Amino acid sequence: MLLSSVSEMMEWGVRGAPATRRAALSWRVSSLMAFLALWSLAGGLVEATRPFNPLFLPAPWVVIGALLELAHKGQLWVHVAATLERVAVGFAAGAVLALALGLLAGQIRAVRNVVEPVIELLRPIPPLAVLPLFIVWVGIGEASKVGFITYATFFPMFVTTVHGVTQIDGRLLRAAQSLGARPRHLFLRVILPAALPDVLTGLRLGVALSFFVIVISEFVGAESGLGYLINDGRNFFLVPQMLGAAVLLGLLGYAGNALVRVLERRVLRWQHPR
Amino acid sequence: MKIDVRGLSRTFVAAGRETPALLDVDLEVAEHEFVCLLGPSGCGKSTLLNIVAGFLRPSAGEVLVDGRPVTGPGADRGVVFQEYVLFPWLTVAGNVEFGLQLKGTPASERRAIVARYLELVGLAAHAEKFPVQLSGGMKQRVAIARALANSPEIILMDEPFGALDAQTREVLQDELGRIQRVEHKTVLFVTHSIREAVYLADRIVVMTSAPGRIKQVFTLKLPEIRDRFAPEFTHYESEITRVVKEEVAKVHE
Repeated sequence: MLLSSVSEMMEWGVRGAPATRRAALSWRVSSLMAFLALWSLAGGLVEATRPFNPLFLPAPWVVIGALLELAHKGQLWVHVAATLERVAVGFAAGAVLALALGLLAGQIRAVRNVVEPVIELLRPIPPLAVLPLFIVWVGIGEASKVGFITYATFFPMFVTTVHGVTQIDGRLLRAAQSLGARPRHLFLRVILPAALPDVLTGLRLGVALSFFVIVISEFVGAESGLGYLINDGRNFFLVPQMLGAAVLLGLLGYAGNALVRVLERRVLRWQHPR
Repeated sequence: MKIDVRGLSRTFVAAGRETPALLDVDLEVAEHEFVCLLGPSGCGKSTLLNIVAGFLRPSAGEVLVDGRPVTGPGADRGVVFQEYVLFPWLTVAGNVEFGLQLKGTPASERRAIVARYLELVGLAAHAEKFPVQLSGGMKQRVAIARALANSPEIILMDEPFGALDAQTREVLQDELGRIQRVEHKTVLFVTHSIREAVYLADRIVVMTSAPGRIKQVFTLKLPEIRDRFAPEFTHYESEITRVVKEEVAKVHE
């Protein structure tokens, strides 16, 4: 095929892509189906031959049954909502703090020199290691759970924001200045849009980390939440409930990630326009 | 004088050693004049341009624009860079109207100006595209339209066609010549292509290799619309080539 212009190439790209994308999608769906089938088969075999107590490895339908039962009792939504609320509030606070401080530190070298060493000192400490401290300081209520998410998600979002601001091509700033941009213009019209791809990457990391750490803080002294359901399931040997809550966490995390992806695709359309 | 460069020197410090890039350069550029700075690479011609643009500070001397000393970059001096430097998150139209938005030009007026300059550079059909969708030649056309739309009196161009292939390069030279016959800007144009300089300039300033000084100035007596194969054209080309070669030879000594 002869492609003589950029627009022809793009045309080809537009027409050529769907077929391969469809193929890729069917592979992905098939792979998921195969996994579920394998799990069902294993569960069914254990159920039938009983090499060990089938409670240890419940089949998918048993897990779904456990979730439906919780839903029927009106409990499921309470737990999901509790987790979602903590994640939403904790993540939002972390994002606001990280962006504000990150943009400031990225722009002003003096701020960076003050803030960065402390953050670099704290960042390698696994957040889980400081959870007990949070509990000692603010108790086992909502505040410590939300605050813990804020603390844990702050670091990746701060680091990516600072990176986004500091890696800006200086020539873009020069071009803007030669077009009459003053410092406030530079921030809003050059630095912010140029840093946005990195900021969004940070947000995606933050969302993933939120679901990662909320579970552990809900293990400790919580009376609601999906983490609580898992811990409760462990105490009472309710393996289907444990798995069900884990699957839900996975789905919520996936949805959170997808949400940021949609946002990315919208605001970063300039990277892959059609 | 539109641009007045007086006793300009610039020294760079690298690894504790001072390297002079420009040494005592005096240059005057009249209003509406198209001046090319020509010389081997490392002769300080881009340094000179960057000081006039306000991106770099001189070690000694000063640059006056309309009699006022340059203290930093400003909208009175539009810049076209070698590597295009478009805002990738803005469309072609968005790039061209960037300066107008800063100035607070009303939207209807902006649209008219953007349309006019996109027409001038032949990109009217590509207004809503993003820079990643454009070829190098198209990007540089956008950069030229962006600089012109902001209506600066001075345009500074730093090897603007250096990254383009030979054919695109000549097409853009033709276009720039045509645009200049309409716009009459004061242009300072850095290049290492002798042919390009003879094609575009009213005056060619040949610089010596490091440290950069002015070696010789040629005021071209050529018709406004130039023919690359006319005898006078090739005469200038060979004469300037001889002068530049002396400098290139010095670099290799």
